[in-house]
Amino acid sequence: MRISAWITGKGIAMFEQLLFGIEAAINGLMTGVMYSLIALGFVLIFKASGVFNYAQGVMALFGALTLVGIQEGQVPFAHLINAIFGTKITNFAWEVPALAAIALTVGVMIIFAWLVERFLLRNLINQDPIILFMATIGLAYFMEGIGDLMWGSNIKTINLGLNQGINETIDAATYEWFGYGFYIDNLDITAAIIAVILVVALTVFSQYSTTGRALRAVADDHQAALSVGISLRSIWVIVWGIAGFIALVAGVMWGAKSGVQFSLALITLKALPVLMLGGFTSIPGAIIGGMIIGVGEKVFEFIVSSSWFGDALGFTMNATENWFAYVLALIFLVFRPQGLFGDKIIERV
Amino acid sequence: MKLKKLAAYAVAATMAASPVLAQLVFPSLSYRTGPFGANGAEVADGFADYMTLLNERDGGIGGVLTNVIECETGYSTEKGVECYEATKGEGALIYQPLSTGMTYQLIPKTAADGIPMLTTGYGRTSVANGAVFPWVFNFPANYWNGASAAVNYMLAENDGSLEGKTVALLYHNSAYGKEPIPTLEALAEMYGFDLTLLPIDSPGQEQKSQWLQIRRESPDYALLWGWGVMNQVAIQEASNIRFPMENFIGVWWSGSENDVIPAGMAADGYKALTFHAVGTDFPMFDDMQKYVVDAGLAAGSGENVGTVLYNRGMYGAMLAAEAAKVAQEMNGVAQIDAAMMRDGLENLVVTDETMAAIGLQGFGPNFEVSCENHGGPGLVAVQQWNAADQKWTIITDFEPTDMEVIQPLIDADSAAYAAENGIEPGCN
Repeated sequence: MRISAWITGKGIAMFEQLLFGIEAAINGLMTGVMYSLIALGFVLIFKASGVFNYAQGVMALFGALTLVGIQEGQVPFAHLINAIFGTKITNFAWEVPALAAIALTVGVMIIFAWLVERFLLRNLINQDPIILFMATIGLAYFMEGIGDLMWGSNIKTINLGLNQGINETIDAATYEWFGYGFYIDNLDITAAIIAVILVVALTVFSQYSTTGRALRAVADDHQAALSVGISLRSIWVIVWGIAGFIALVAGVMWGAKSGVQFSLALITLKALPVLMLGGFTSIPGAIIGGMIIGVGEKVFEFIVSSSWFGDALGFTMNATENWFAYVLALIFLVFRPQGLFGDKIIERV
Repeated sequence: MKLKKLAAYAVAATMAASPVLAQLVFPSLSYRTGPFGANGAEVADGFADYMTLLNERDGGIGGVLTNVIECETGYSTEKGVECYEATKGEGALIYQPLSTGMTYQLIPKTAADGIPMLTTGYGRTSVANGAVFPWVFNFPANYWNGASAAVNYMLAENDGSLEGKTVALLYHNSAYGKEPIPTLEALAEMYGFDLTLLPIDSPGQEQKSQWLQIRRESPDYALLWGWGVMNQVAIQEASNIRFPMENFIGVWWSGSENDVIPAGMAADGYKALTFHAVGTDFPMFDDMQKYVVDAGLAAGSGENVGTVLYNRGMYGAMLAAEAAKVAQEMNGVAQIDAAMMRDGLENLVVTDETMAAIGLQGFGPNFEVSCENHGGPGLVAVQQWNAADQKWTIITDFEPTDMEVIQPLIDADSAAYAAENGIEPGCN
């Protein structure tokens, strides 16, 4: 028997609103996981090098562009080649299977990591974090331009067979229980599963592997790490390579929603409050922070845009999510400046 | 001897530094980069290619070559204003900034500098009142025509009554997105439908809350006033919640191939408003292929010729070129200036004969501009997406809109602007 059948009178409306609120919260959890996918890349690089990598969003864009380009057999820099040589080439005469395209894209992201280490980070060892941050701003603009030159600025469709749309099973089950079917997007469920796998794998890697411990040592002090024989260059290539892989996953998930386009670079903005809340150095913090931000912003939007809120206070609000996420993060910062799971900041004088 | 040499160098340098006079300069404030670059590039390509066609086929306009000076704005209002300042001294005849935000900033500047601006299908709607805005034009249709056209279309689908119906407006939370709200509110009151306003912050990558609300409230229709990624996400989310695509209608900036292709077959049946035709089924495009694309002179790859946004850029260039011809005829000179161009715009008459001569008969509506009406006739059609064929098809005629509702709104808004800025409205 449906739960809604037990409720009568005014209780029905209240129960209905409760269900809507729960649906908003679950969707918030799912959206939060999508934010976490971006935040994870930031955390990894920050842990390893103390650098806030401004280019993480562009890396997601670049990864997704490269994946689609390889899969569709697009000729890189075709527009440039045609302009210089007067040719009219656009595509190779083949398409690459999805798994092979993913493997090749991961390869490209590792080469990218090596290039970043070789031409950027190596020259900035022991520089202040702000210098490294500024360098990543430059890197972001450079990558955006290279991405445009390589693959063009048109909107591309990701074709990895990712299922999108309402999950029929959850819809039917919740309808059976409550008389109202919840909307959960299949893509969000896939993203949540992938995010959990990534977090577990990265936590194990960072806590228990030799490379993971070396990574944390590098984050603490470049010179001390060098003095005990840790190769700073290898660690940075590994970390930027893994961050590139995570960026690719984030780019694919966000790109599946909207098509792969240059606005993907702006998803960074959704990761910042997650990092502020979860802490810049905690891998589990990224996912829990994402969930708190996701649920917080969705439930707040649901409440302040509801008609009953309007009836009670005489006004409603919409489009609150962008600013509310930052407000929520700032509230947490007042009480825990290092974020929920970040390392405690101890400055000895 | 040395002095003579120096004098010769000075003259040569002066000549080289001076703007080339025998050119008609059409600045293009484009955005090929950034989050809206995919759309901006197509519009800019259409604009540039049409001007190239005129140069290659006709030797320019009235025998004077056109010169498109492109300046990248990245769809940033600040950069747009910088581009305006950087190019206005190059002999600019007209600006088409392709951004409502930039338009608002440039309205007072263009008036002060005496350079006309054409904001076809965007910008501040009330500039249609030429008595208050002598330097700005927005023919042949504006946002309020669009809002009215959407309502008229819904009326036609519901036997002339929207009483008790519910309509949700998903809009870009910006000056652009807010433009149709006054008209839709007036029309909601007039026709008895319930209007729900759902703003989405730019860029619009995440819209789950808004679509949960739409799913809960199940409006009869949803209208989309978006741009860039907001459109693709909205169409995908609509399909996710199984919102009927035939009841989902976008404004013309939410109705390009870029908006529907990422959603695949799920976008089938989605509708959008338009004030011009789609496709390449016009004689002009044969010339475009021959003189521009095949000659390797296209601004882009040439693959986008005939898409919605390419055609819109091309149409904007065509309107500017026709106005330049009018200005040349009015003044009896080929090398016109910005003031002459303004007069050309204000005296532009587009007829079947005009369009047939260009090779674009039936591409857009016929209209006549006047000082009182810088906005044109406001004729709007509806197009529908066929996902299987990957084609837009226009499914209505270019229909008139509710000018008895729109005109008082234009009058009121332009009067308020005139009062704020100390402008004495008038037509000479």
